[in-house]
Amino acid sequence: MSKPMERLLELRQKAEKRLFEQKFKARMRITVGSATCENAAGANEVHKRIEELIKKHDLKDVVVGRVGCTGKCDMEPVVTVLSAGAIPSKYMHMTPEKADKVFESHILGGKPVAELTMRQQAGTKAAHYVVSVCGGSHCHKDTTPDIGQAFKDEIAKHKLEGKVAVTRSACQGLCEVGPVAFVYPDGVMYQKLTPEVVAKIVKQHFTGGQPVAENVWQGDRVTNRFFPVFGDVPFFGRQLRMTLRNCGIIDPESLDEYLSVRGYEAAVKTLTMMTPQDVVDAVTKSGLRGRGGGGFPTGVKWNFATAQKSEEKFIICNADEGDPGAFMDRSTIEGDPHTILEGMIIGGYAIGAKQGYVYIRAEYPLAIKRLEVAIEAARKAGFLGKNIFGTKWDFDIDLRLGAGAFVCGEETALIRSIEGDRGMPRPRPPYPAASGLWGKPTVINNVETLANIPVVILDGPEWFSSIGTEKSKGTKVFALAGKVCNTGLVEVPMGTTLREVVFEVGGGIRGGKKFKAVQTGGPAGGCLPESCLDTPVDYESLAAAGSIMGSGGMIVIDEDSCMVDMARFFLDFTQDESCGKCTPCREGTKRMLEILQRISSGRGMEGDIEKLLRLGDTIKKTSLCGLGQAAPNPVISMIKHFRDEYEAHIREKRCPAGVCAGLITYSVDEVKCIGCGACKRKCPVPCINGKPKEVHVIDQSRCIKCGQCFEACKFDAVKRK
Amino acid sequence: MKSELMLKEEAKAKVILPEPVVSYIESCRQKSRPESHLISVLHKVQEHFGYLAKEHMDAVSILMQIPTAKVTGVASFYHYFNFTPRGKHRISICLGTACFVKGAGKVLDRLKELLAIDVGQTTVDRQFSIDVARCVGACALAPVMLVDDKVYAEVKPDQVAKILGEYGFDAKKAAGK
Ligand SMILES: Cc1cc2nc3c(=O)[nH]c(=O)nc-3n(C[C@H](O)[C@H](O)[C@H](O)COP(=O)(O)O)c2cc1C
Ligand code: SF4
Ligand code: SF4
Ligand code: SF4
Ligand code: FES
Repeated sequence: MSKPMERLLELRQKAEKRLFEQKFKARMRITVGSATCENAAGANEVHKRIEELIKKHDLKDVVVGRVGCTGKCDMEPVVTVLSAGAIPSKYMHMTPEKADKVFESHILGGKPVAELTMRQQAGTKAAHYVVSVCGGSHCHKDTTPDIGQAFKDEIAKHKLEGKVAVTRSACQGLCEVGPVAFVYPDGVMYQKLTPEVVAKIVKQHFTGGQPVAENVWQGDRVTNRFFPVFGDVPFFGRQLRMTLRNCGIIDPESLDEYLSVRGYEAAVKTLTMMTPQDVVDAVTKSGLRGRGGGGFPTGVKWNFATAQKSEEKFIICNADEGDPGAFMDRSTIEGDPHTILEGMIIGGYAIGAKQGYVYIRAEYPLAIKRLEVAIEAARKAGFLGKNIFGTKWDFDIDLRLGAGAFVCGEETALIRSIEGDRGMPRPRPPYPAASGLWGKPTVINNVETLANIPVVILDGPEWFSSIGTEKSKGTKVFALAGKVCNTGLVEVPMGTTLREVVFEVGGGIRGGKKFKAVQTGGPAGGCLPESCLDTPVDYESLAAAGSIMGSGGMIVIDEDSCMVDMARFFLDFTQDESCGKCTPCREGTKRMLEILQRISSGRGMEGDIEKLLRLGDTIKKTSLCGLGQAAPNPVISMIKHFRDEYEAHIREKRCPAGVCAGLITYSVDEVKCIGCGACKRKCPVPCINGKPKEVHVIDQSRCIKCGQCFEACKFDAVKRK
Repeated sequence: MKSELMLKEEAKAKVILPEPVVSYIESCRQKSRPESHLISVLHKVQEHFGYLAKEHMDAVSILMQIPTAKVTGVASFYHYFNFTPRGKHRISICLGTACFVKGAGKVLDRLKELLAIDVGQTTVDRQFSIDVARCVGACALAPVMLVDDKVYAEVKPDQVAKILGEYGFDAKKAAGK
């Protein structure tokens, strides 16, 4: 073993020892989510209360710590209680008051408060054991016996229904030893299951408490960290956490905790055991493609930069996350910042760059802080700076802040911005890999791309490329938001269908409304309707359906949204963000926006749809950078899939979703109105007249169509047409 | 050698900007490619004053030895920078896609109505100003409203008055005016 590796393992051991003393030896360990979203939901107050309670009761064997965001944003703040021999309890929607209750019953009394846990909410019954059977396509074939059913039958045979619950998980990447199933709380992954083995497990393990040793999977993968803690909750069990493997598991501000999950092992391995070309080859072989939107093969990009002869080269992490409605990169950085640094160290070594930059948007103060803390800790440990890890290699990383310009996510504009200039794109070639930052060869990679690099190195490119589809390898993280039940981060293998993401992991539409469309790719992407829900998420399939993979924003839209209004929203955004350098984008987006405004205000004309399409086509073909080239996409896709809605606006002057203010009127139904006056009190103008207990009337000439009367009336008497 | 005029200008600039910013600029100038730090410097100035006035940018230009035209050019390119004073409490409504779909527009309308100002403006008493943000990364909790650095999640139009109340806003008094 090389010296640097020996040293790293020694550091890891020391870190583990410290962590053991600080927290792991405790009888109970409580973790509180800490991230922008968690804090907005009130996590800080909960954390404080738990600290106070521990102090008040003078508990020496209970510790509380911080972890990044698990990605189940709609249930935040999330508090996890871990203790040996029990399935971790994941408490949701915590408040200081609920913390009191959990403390009383669970921490002091040893009895989890089931009704506050995610498991209970998801409808899984309380049980001592939970078996999570892999439902991935390799493990779960029609031709092989159904392992889940086998478990259920055997459990029934032994009358263990009250003690053991069975659930199904997504592919956990163990196809080569499948079918597999994981047993909570013992943390045992069973491999090569047959009905006979299942019978043995139920008998020996669930009644006798002895795992069936010969079928226990003995491997260790960095990607198998998350599942043992969270996988029994269906929302998480249906995911495969590669990029987000440590988010919600470790304290993002602790280098010790990162070291304890094999942190920096991949970096030391590449620096001591691989040549730069080996690294490039491994990444190429893995099939990893850029997660920033373009999907360009990362190995090919690196190879190009490696081949350049230059004294100075750079690697940049693109953390601009410009898609307004996406937060994968923020969460990854806030939850696991060292992973990004490690990915950059490896990339820097591969291409020959000694300096790296993270370009991060100023709107993410907590992510910036976490990166600063991580960089500082890494420098102190000798992982950044001169002779990193005790090798001959120098590498350092600095931060550069964005300032709210979407176009700066584009790589040539981003380079300008780091140079301290206006972020205007320039024509390519030359590509940054040949001539980038200060004219030097530069590789730019997205946060998620870089977070996958340690996985490729440690779990191996062959394994990495076994996940996903033929041309899209690995997983993709989506920031699921909008009108869907479960909002948050969803990481699934490439090739999972949109339907699975929205309806299975996402839990379908909120409030019993009807699904209308799913938007991917943000302002550069498109909206896909119900008929496209079986599209697998991979670069080619999404493009063929009329949208794009994008960076991972996924917004679910229900019947309450109007597609003309949505198109107007995106065009308003791109038009505002256009840097103005080239005419098609600067003027064209403005004209498209005007037409959309005209349509939504009821002044649409016959031929407007064709005009939009023609203009869109020209802008796409003639704009200089990706912003302009993609700006018409939302409009084009919405016209393609929702043309009737556009026609209703233009021909019938009607907004079917009741959104476009210019096309709707509010009026009071004389029969239903009881004269309660609620609408009148709410109207801001005010323009509603009527005496108590008499029918109220809206003065149409003054109504501003704010809709407050519509929402205020409890008798369904205000009509929107 | 710096001329006397330059020294005098520098001294003047150092008075205009707060001390931490001045020393930050000096530390940047020690590094290679100092102009790469221009945007960070502007962030620090805006953080202090709440906006960028012409004199602030002139001072940055002198201390960083970057032409004023470039400093203003850069500042005006990026949406994050603003050039008029903001209220004591800065309110931002997120109008990113997720927030938009979840009805952030209605929240913004209510806010404008209550404060009787438009986006980019400040109330007469200099207490509040309204800005529009483009996604603060809390999309799963949409619609999102920020007051200074505090993020409010899942805001409904009817809650706006109450939130403003936490910062000393009196809805009844404002309506009476
Ligand atoms: C207008 C525009 C905005 C972009 N915004 C981002 C962004 O916010 N984050 C990102 O990683 N890539 C963004 N990209 C893509 C980058 O230009 C670049 O392709 C990417 O960072 C490369 O990294 P990857 O190969 O790892 O995906 C944007 C591209 C365009 C044209
Ligand atoms: S396409 Fe738009 S954003 Fe890109 S260079 Fe042209 S004007 Fe600027
Ligand atoms: S829509 Fe608004 S302005 Fe019009 S009547 Fe109703 S409350 Fe009043
Ligand atoms: S709220 Fe409804 S029922 Fe009451 S006065 Fe208004 S329209 Fe009539
Ligand atoms: S869209 Fe508002 S926080 Fe992301």
